[in-house]
Amino acid sequence: MASRVIKVDALARVEGEGSLYVRLKEDKIEEVKFGIFEPPRFFEAFLRGRDYSEAPDITARICGICPIAYQMGAIQAMEDALGVVVPEPIRMLRRLAYCGEWIESHVLHVYMLHAPDFLGISDALELAKSNRGLVEAALRLKKIGNDILETVGGGRAIHPINMKVGGFYRAPRKREIRALAEEMKWAIEESLATIKLVGGLPFPELSQDYTCVALRHPKEYAIHEGRLISNRGLDIPVSEFLHHFDEEHVKHSNALHGYQKPDRSPYLVGPIARYNLNFDQMTDLARSSAAEAGLPRIITNPFHSIVVRSVEVLQACQDALAIVESYEEPDAASVKVTPRAGIGHGCTEAPRGICYHRYELAEDGTIQAARIIPPTAQNQKMIEADLHKVVEANLALTDADLKWRCEQAIRNYDPCISCATHFLKLEVVRE
Amino acid sequence: MVAQHKPKLAVWKFSSCDGCQLSLLDCELELLAVSEAVDIAYFLEATRKDPKGPWDVSLVEGSITTPHEAEKIRQIRKQSKALITIGACATSGGIQALRNFADVKDFISRVYARPDFIETLATSTAIADHVPVDFELRGCPINKYQLLEVLNAYLNGRKPLIPRHSECLECKQRGTVCVMVAHGTPCLGPVVQAGCGNLCPSSTRGCFGCFGPMETPNTASLAAQFAALGQDGRAIQRAFRSYNSNAEAFRKESELHG
Repeated sequence: MASRVIKVDALARVEGEGSLYVRLKEDKIEEVKFGIFEPPRFFEAFLRGRDYSEAPDITARICGICPIAYQMGAIQAMEDALGVVVPEPIRMLRRLAYCGEWIESHVLHVYMLHAPDFLGISDALELAKSNRGLVEAALRLKKIGNDILETVGGGRAIHPINMKVGGFYRAPRKREIRALAEEMKWAIEESLATIKLVGGLPFPELSQDYTCVALRHPKEYAIHEGRLISNRGLDIPVSEFLHHFDEEHVKHSNALHGYQKPDRSPYLVGPIARYNLNFDQMTDLARSSAAEAGLPRIITNPFHSIVVRSVEVLQACQDALAIVESYEEPDAASVKVTPRAGIGHGCTEAPRGICYHRYELAEDGTIQAARIIPPTAQNQKMIEADLHKVVEANLALTDADLKWRCEQAIRNYDPCISCATHFLKLEVVRE
Repeated sequence: MVAQHKPKLAVWKFSSCDGCQLSLLDCELELLAVSEAVDIAYFLEATRKDPKGPWDVSLVEGSITTPHEAEKIRQIRKQSKALITIGACATSGGIQALRNFADVKDFISRVYARPDFIETLATSTAIADHVPVDFELRGCPINKYQLLEVLNAYLNGRKPLIPRHSECLECKQRGTVCVMVAHGTPCLGPVVQAGCGNLCPSSTRGCFGCFGPMETPNTASLAAQFAALGQDGRAIQRAFRSYNSNAEAFRKESELHG
């Protein structure tokens, strides 16, 4: 049989540099590799010897799209190591900032990075030519996420400067936070329109029996704290993460591949995992609009992720509005932190899924060891498993269409490759 | 009438966090206008289009950390009329330039189980260390309004209006109380280029150097002031070794402490 070679040297509309390699022999899949060739930057190595207080700002530089995830994970781990508990107003301000990041990151992905795949166009700017109003509304919705981040984060949305171990450098004024409310109300309406819109997209068929892992909080749709749970009975504190999960180094990737112990099996983190596990904690409006958009109670088709992200945008907008409307300035912007020796763990729900941090501190607060396990590293094996099924189910497609379908399947995960590396090149070889 | 040539823009990524190119997508109110003024031809983070050069303007994010990157930037330079570097990684080597002060082999083995799978250079360096650069826009991340100014300037054939004075001036312009004088908080403001919008001092935090050294920084004098505020040698060294540690003025000052 004639061999076919399909190749994409650089996958677009993802954050960072990755590649895909698919080798087929007489329509049988010989190999599927989702590779990451983003150059390593060695964060865990140069965190050693830095002060505990520097970790939030340094780790933010792992990713420009989800810096809050890194800042919050590092802060939580340091506060765990140092025995710091922050009062409720600070905790809620942190949740507000995180809602801002979910809105900004999810809206970017839904409209700018993923929707073009479902519409068969190259990018959102092309969409703007035929429907400018839609793209303008999407950008306005995205901007609200960034407005929250700028207000809480000290003036900028990328690598905000206001978060620190113990709280904030400066507590935002009540009038600054309350000023967000009007636009948030518009955002809730716009999120509903988004859910309706993406619910009507054509979804390729695919079904996976996912092991979903997410945080769960007793009272909230978990974002910035909680216990780790799964649909297979896992229920552990964040500190036991490494007892149940680990990473391995494979040749085709500069990112470590996450797996579950002991059988090295893949698992899913991110919007679908959160939705499947914590649906009962979503707002009434989020639950009903999800149902109206046709989402099943348990999602097994990863192409539905674009709808779940849209539902999570609504959830984040409603959560953010509630925090905005009840905000009172804390007595102090931060609590006192005293360095001591210790080990601390942190885990939060980055837009793409759980992000784990672990630090060992010396008596004077110097970092002696750091370990960070970002969501895309954890999802890599699952992405490969999805690709297997996508290729298997779509062998009849032309090379160009199969290539695009594979890209779309990878983008279901909104892969954040700078995070995972610690780009995407798609290559399909048909022998 | 002859149709006006729409300039072709390309956005490139090297070792970085993607935050500076994201700044372009974060221009929510200006993005569609920008896309009407220029042909955003190659921008992998935003589009599947994969056209061929040459380019009128290339925006380059990220530092050079692998042999492949060192080769790729030379190709991009050949294809670009104007090459503008954006952000601390591209203009100084970024946070990942901390490897320049250590043994990179030791770094690799601390992060990766199979060092033999990793291909990397011993250093992280600025784009200008490899090819001629037409303009360097500082910041970790860049200020999106400064990015729009630089693009506007290049499209209209004028020089970008980007200040080279210190962050101290932003405090004076805004009326921010000096955190070092009033609270004894160590602040890199006197030696750091303005441009962020006076973020840290106005949040009662000392500047930590996102925009790199100003044009003629007196780092020795500031280091002495930090010492007078009770900072030890290690803390002073760390202050100069963060997001722009490989910028010459900061690198040299950091080597005097520890």
